[in-house]
Amino acid sequence: MFKEFEATKKKVFRILDDNGGVISNKHMPVIEDQQLIDAYHNMVFARTADHMTVSYQRQGRIFTYPPNYGQEAIHGATASVMRPNDWLVPAFREMGAWLAKGASLKDIFLYFMGYEVGNTWPAANHFLPISVPIASQLPHAAGIGYAIKYKKLDEVVFAFVGDGGTSEGDFHEALNFAAVWKVPVIFIVQNNQFAISVPFRMQTASDGIAIKSVAYGMPGIQVDGNDFFAMLKTLQEASAYCREGKGPVLIEAITYRKGAHTTSDDPTKYRTKEEEESWEKKDPLRRLKNYLVSKGLLEETEDRRLEEQYRQEIDRIFTEAENQPASSLEDVFKYMYADMPDDLRKQQVEHENFLQWKESL
Amino acid sequence: MEGVPMKIMNMVNAVNNALDIKLAEDPDIVVYGEDVGVEGGVFRVTEGLQLKYGADRVFDSPLAESAIVGTAIGMAAAGLRPVVEMQFCGFVYPAFNQIISHLARMRNRSRGRISMPVVVRIPYGGGINALEHHSESMEALYAQIPGIKVVIPSTPADAKGLLISAIESDDPILFMEPKRIYRAIKQEVSEEKFSIPIGKAKIITPGTDVTVVAYGAMVREVQKALPKLKEAGISVELIDLRTIYPMDKETLAQSIRKTGRIVFVAEEPTSFGVGAEIIAVANEEAFLYLQAPPKRVSGFDTIVPLPKGEHHYIISPEKIFYEIQKTVKF
Repeated sequence: MFKEFEATKKKVFRILDDNGGVISNKHMPVIEDQQLIDAYHNMVFARTADHMTVSYQRQGRIFTYPPNYGQEAIHGATASVMRPNDWLVPAFREMGAWLAKGASLKDIFLYFMGYEVGNTWPAANHFLPISVPIASQLPHAAGIGYAIKYKKLDEVVFAFVGDGGTSEGDFHEALNFAAVWKVPVIFIVQNNQFAISVPFRMQTASDGIAIKSVAYGMPGIQVDGNDFFAMLKTLQEASAYCREGKGPVLIEAITYRKGAHTTSDDPTKYRTKEEEESWEKKDPLRRLKNYLVSKGLLEETEDRRLEEQYRQEIDRIFTEAENQPASSLEDVFKYMYADMPDDLRKQQVEHENFLQWKESL
Repeated sequence: MEGVPMKIMNMVNAVNNALDIKLAEDPDIVVYGEDVGVEGGVFRVTEGLQLKYGADRVFDSPLAESAIVGTAIGMAAAGLRPVVEMQFCGFVYPAFNQIISHLARMRNRSRGRISMPVVVRIPYGGGINALEHHSESMEALYAQIPGIKVVIPSTPADAKGLLISAIESDDPILFMEPKRIYRAIKQEVSEEKFSIPIGKAKIITPGTDVTVVAYGAMVREVQKALPKLKEAGISVELIDLRTIYPMDKETLAQSIRKTGRIVFVAEEPTSFGVGAEIIAVANEEAFLYLQAPPKRVSGFDTIVPLPKGEHHYIISPEKIFYEIQKTVKF
C-alpha cells in the first residue's frame, strides 16, 4: 500500500467517502466487529469529553485547553493499532490516543487544571508526558526508537506532531536521525490545516508533508485523517513495517481542527464559515457512524444514548478532579533532581519558615 | 593509592578511561556525537572505544546538536544511559531548547517517573588559538537552568572521577571539559575505577589571607601565580569549585569566614556569571567576616577575540597576582 500511495504520486489514501460509503474494499483493514464498535464508542467518549472540557473552561473551571474536535479518527485508529508495550510520544492534541494508552480522564483534567501530577500517567506504560514546545518531542521518539533497536525489543514508537511543527528544525532532525538509524518510529503529522491562525499554505511551499519522506529516505503517505479505516490500515502497515526492522514511516493525516487551537483562540478571525462547512461534511465520527449503521453494527440513535451516558460519567470524573487539593510546597521541589542539591532544600526550608511565621500572625 | 596500578594520563586519556570503564561495566551506556565513532572525536577523547565496544554503542551521529541531545532524552526515557558529545562549546546552542525544555524538566514533569541519566560532554574555554565560536566559557548559562547539574574538572584525575560520578548520576549533567588543558597537564591516575562526588569543592592549597576560587583551566593559572604570592607573603587558600551547580557553598563560606577575602578567577564573561553567585555566597554566608570587597578576575563582557587579540582576554597568572595582592592590601 505504501507503494501504491507512495508520496510522489500525490494520491490521498481513502477508504470511506464523505458519507461513510466504501470507495474500494481493496485496502479495507482487518478488524473484528466488536473491536470496531469499541473503537467507535471510544471516539464518541473522547469527543464528548473534549466538548465538555471546552465548556468547563468557559465556566472558568479549568484553564487553557487544546480541543481535539474533528481529529478523533486519527487517535481512534492509533488506539486500535498501538500495543501495550508500544510507545506514545504525544504533542498535546491526541486525547483519544492518550486514553487508549492508559491515561485516565481524571489525570487529563488535573493537568489542564494546573497539576503536574496530571501529566504522569501512573497507569500507563511507555508514554511520555504531553509536550508543549512544538516538535521538540520528535527527537525523543527517535531516541526511544534507538533504544528499542539496541535492546532488540518488539516495540514501535507512535510520535505526534502538527502541521506547524513540521516547520521546526527538530522535525527535520528527528526524521533524519530516525531514518539514518533505521529505527521503529511512526511519525504522525496531524495536518489540521492551521498552526493557531496560520494556514497550511503559509507553513511550507512543499506539496504536502508526506512528500518530505522521500528526501529523508523513508516511506511516506498522505491519508484522509478523517477516514477511520484509511488511518487504521495505514497505521497497521506502518507498524508492521517498523516491526520488521525496516525503519521509520511518515504519515500525513489530513484533517481539520473543528475547534479552536486552544480555548484562548478565536478561529472566526482567520477562517470562513464556508470553509468550516465544507469540512463539516467530512466529519470522522459521522462517516464511521454511517458505515456502522449501514452494516447493522450500530443503531441510528446509539450515539446519542452513548453521549448521554458518557456525559454523566465525565461530569462525575470532572467533579472528582475538582476536589483535588492544591499542590503542596514539597511537590514544587521534590522531583527536580534524583539527588537534590542542599541549596534547593534550603530554599524550601526558608519558605516553610516564612509560612510558619505567616501562620502565627 | 599504594598498590593501585597508576598510569600517566592527560585529561583526554582520563576521560577516555572513564568512558572505557563505564562502557565495560554497563551495557546501557551508549556514547555518540559528531565524529565520536570512527575518528574518536575531534579531540580524540573517544579514540578506540568504537573498536572495543562496537558501532551500536559508540557511534557517529548526523550533525545536529538539538537531535543529539533530543535523542539522548528519548534513550534515557527508554532505559539507556547516553553520554553525548557536543563538539565545541560554541555549537551547543541549537541544543539549548532540548536541554532547558526537556532534559532539565523531564523528571519534574513526570513527577519522578522518568529520570534523565544523560551526560552532555562539552569541550569549552579559550587559549588554544581556535576559530571563532570555539573559545567561550558560558557555564553560567547552564548553571541557571533548574534541573541541570554542571561539572568542570581541572585535572586528569578529577576528570575521570567526576565523569564516572556523572555517568552514574540519575540527574542530567553538563560535563564541561577545559580543552586548553586537555593535553597540557599530565599526572598519575589510577587505572582502577574511582569516583569523585558531584557538588563538592576541593581545597587545593590551604591558606589564611585570601580565598581564591577557580575551576577548569584557571586552577592551573592560579597555581602558576602562587609562588610569587608566597614570596609576597600572601597565604592563599585555593579552592577548585569542581561543580558549578550545585555549588559547594559550605566549603566556600567556611573558607571566606576564615580568610575574610575572596577572589574569583574564571574565563567567563564577568557580568551575571558564576562569580556573581560566589560573591552572593560571601555576602549571604560570611558578610561580617569580609575584610575586603570580593573581587572577580574574569573575562570581559565581550566576544572572545580571535587568536591575535585573545591575549587581551585571557586571564594571566600576572593578572591573578595583581588582583589578589590588591585585594589583600585593601
